Amino acid sequence: MRYIFVLIAALWAQMAIAQDWEDQRLFGDAQAVQTLRILSNTDTRFFAPIIDSFLAARPDVAVTYLVTGSADLYDVFRADPADFDIVISSAMDLQFKLANDGFALAVEGTDHPTWAQWRHSLFAFSTEPAAIAVNRAAFDRVPLPASRQELIQALRARPEVFRGRIGTYDVRQSGLGYLFATQDARASETYWRLTEVMGALDAQLYCCSGAMIDDLVSGKIAVAYNVLGSYASARTDAAAQIEVILPSDFPTTMMRSAFVSRDTDQPDLGRAFIHHLTDLQSDPVRAATFPLPALDQSGQPAITLDPALMTYLDRLKRRTFLQEWESAIIQ
Amino acid sequence: MTEAVRVSGSLRNRLATTLIGGAAVLAILLFFVVRSYAAQIAQQGQDSILGASVTSILDAASVRDGRIEVDFPYASFSMLGTDSDDRIFYAIYQDDQLLSGYDGLPAVDPNVGGDSSYRTAEFQGTPVRLAAATRMLIGADLRTQLTVSVAQTQDSLSGTLNRISRNVAIFGTGFFLLVVLLAFWATSAAIGPLARLTTSVARRGPQDLRPVVSPVPSEMVPLVTSLNSLMARLDQSLGRSEDFIAEAAHRVRTPLATVRSHAEATLQRVDREENRQAMRAMIRAIDESSRAAGQLLDHAMITFRADHLDRQDLDLVDLVQDLAVRLGPIADMRDVDLQVDAPVAVPITGDAILLQNAIRNIVDNALKYAPRESVIHIDVTTSPSPRVTVRDEGPGFPETEIAGLSDRFARGSNADGIIGSGLGLTIAQDVAAAHGGALTLGNHPKGGACVIFSF
Repeated sequence: MRYIFVLIAALWAQMAIAQDWEDQRLFGDAQAVQTLRILSNTDTRFFAPIIDSFLAARPDVAVTYLVTGSADLYDVFRADPADFDIVISSAMDLQFKLANDGFALAVEGTDHPTWAQWRHSLFAFSTEPAAIAVNRAAFDRVPLPASRQELIQALRARPEVFRGRIGTYDVRQSGLGYLFATQDARASETYWRLTEVMGALDAQLYCCSGAMIDDLVSGKIAVAYNVLGSYASARTDAAAQIEVILPSDFPTTMMRSAFVSRDTDQPDLGRAFIHHLTDLQSDPVRAATFPLPALDQSGQPAITLDPALMTYLDRLKRRTFLQEWESAIIQ
Repeated sequence: MTEAVRVSGSLRNRLATTLIGGAAVLAILLFFVVRSYAAQIAQQGQDSILGASVTSILDAASVRDGRIEVDFPYASFSMLGTDSDDRIFYAIYQDDQLLSGYDGLPAVDPNVGGDSSYRTAEFQGTPVRLAAATRMLIGADLRTQLTVSVAQTQDSLSGTLNRISRNVAIFGTGFFLLVVLLAFWATSAAIGPLARLTTSVARRGPQDLRPVVSPVPSEMVPLVTSLNSLMARLDQSLGRSEDFIAEAAHRVRTPLATVRSHAEATLQRVDREENRQAMRAMIRAIDESSRAAGQLLDHAMITFRADHLDRQDLDLVDLVQDLAVRLGPIADMRDVDLQVDAPVAVPITGDAILLQNAIRNIVDNALKYAPRESVIHIDVTTSPSPRVTVRDEGPGFPETEIAGLSDRFARGSNADGIIGSGLGLTIAQDVAAAHGGALTLGNHPKGGACVIFSF
């Protein structure tokens, strides 16, 4: 009886300390000589093929893939930078701040375009737009909105249909949601009007794209705003129910980025992974066979990798922005 | 022969070294001056952007509901983007209390006028450039001081500096190489008149002691004046020597000949045997004196002429045959036959007077030692070098003394009873040396002395 108590106590302590991962998976042999620890906010199923292809030529390497939200990822990594070898996130601003604050190791020798990297240490490897995803059922006889402006009109036209059935990021929780929101706000006033309309219709707030899409597919919500287009398009099972719209007024496009932790104890393996990742994602033909969108080679996307990404991370700016956002969405 | 001049450095090298060294110093100086100037300008560029960033943040500050808000624009940071992706840090302080940004950013003493102040410091182990400015904010019941400082790493700046340094280094090196070329040209131009003077003096014939008249640069005037005066004195002194030699030859030989003829006449007149003996000894002594005087004068003349060889194109065969003809009577008196064996012509260049004198001395020597009814062979050959070989059938040189026989006044141990001064072979040797040849003494395997005069 006492042993069981001790065991429970020990397990309890373990659970209290243990990070609450959204997902956690080991690729390759558990007995491998080297284990690469990847901290990511990208769903495992999007990343697994990339890791498999990396391990194909390295039988003595294993990869531990840990998934958490982008804001949480920032805090977890900042607390223990030595615990992870590779950091992958879609929250460009947080990734940029980590690199700016010296947490990233330089990786030389990549021929990655200059606009898709910063200081040879932060590498963008995918181009993913923020999208408006809608459940077709809710737009049965009305035309689909093509822009934010049309979405506002559509919502205003039929408030009874959309009340409580609009989903968007909770920008207080989600790093990516905050990035999309701030970039939207920077681009146009339309964002605030849309936010107010969504707030008036009692919008549902989500931590992540995955949950938003699940609810959209199930019909719990009719519209998901600023959901990751790549995630929504990947739901081929629900292609009949949902429609992914890239707003025509202005695009908000994010680049997923990765860097090697400065405090990694296997820098060479980390660099090899970055090389593998950037080579793979820069080649549209090869990348097309992987679920994650390739890096758009046509040029610089709307959100650029430059110091301005740190603007909205400023405590005062963030406080001001969140106040405005809260007053708009929570009414 | 001319004594080797002791060399102390070279004017050309000294001039070239000074010019090139000066150019090197100037090039290095240029490099550092331009580099530091460029660094200053590049730093000003970075400072002005940092200052603009600080100002834009400071301008966005406002007091709302008694609380400070700093809603600074996106451009505040985006303007800090550089080619080298420099890291940026910032801090916003309210009355020295950190409101937002990076903790521990090095402090900058703000200017009290509103303008940004700058400094270079280290943050997170990297050198950064900091700009800071302060602004007074006045609200309804709030009066507070807001300070903003923005820092940026200097990778782009040092990249720019390296690029400038490389360009300046290339420029400096080019400048230096150009000056090196110029230095060589300038040196040649400066040394030119000296070289021309040297050539004109060196090309002169042995008798040409005229003053230098072609114009020379003013710096060389003292040298040329001294040279001209030296040559004038030399000319005078040489003229005097030649006069003296001719005078001495005449003055000594003529009285000796007179004394000899008187002595011979007296010998005919005296009958007593002891007196005749004394007279014969006297004539013999006069002969020896006369010959010695002649040879001494010859030797003096040769020593003088050897320094100023009067080279002419000659035919050695002509010269030897001419000599054989002239010595014919003396040979006949001794019943010695002179046999000249020579090709058609052996062209040489040399001083005819000296060569005649030398070869005559060799043949004279042979005549003195040749026994009666013998033959003296004089062979002229062209190979391996033009040479005259004189061989007699006399006793030959004493083997042990051959090496020293051509020394001045040296005579063979078997020369007793033969008139001689010991200068004949010395003269031949000196002449041979003056013509770059040699005099070889030896004995013929079949007996008799063999002297080879080669060029």
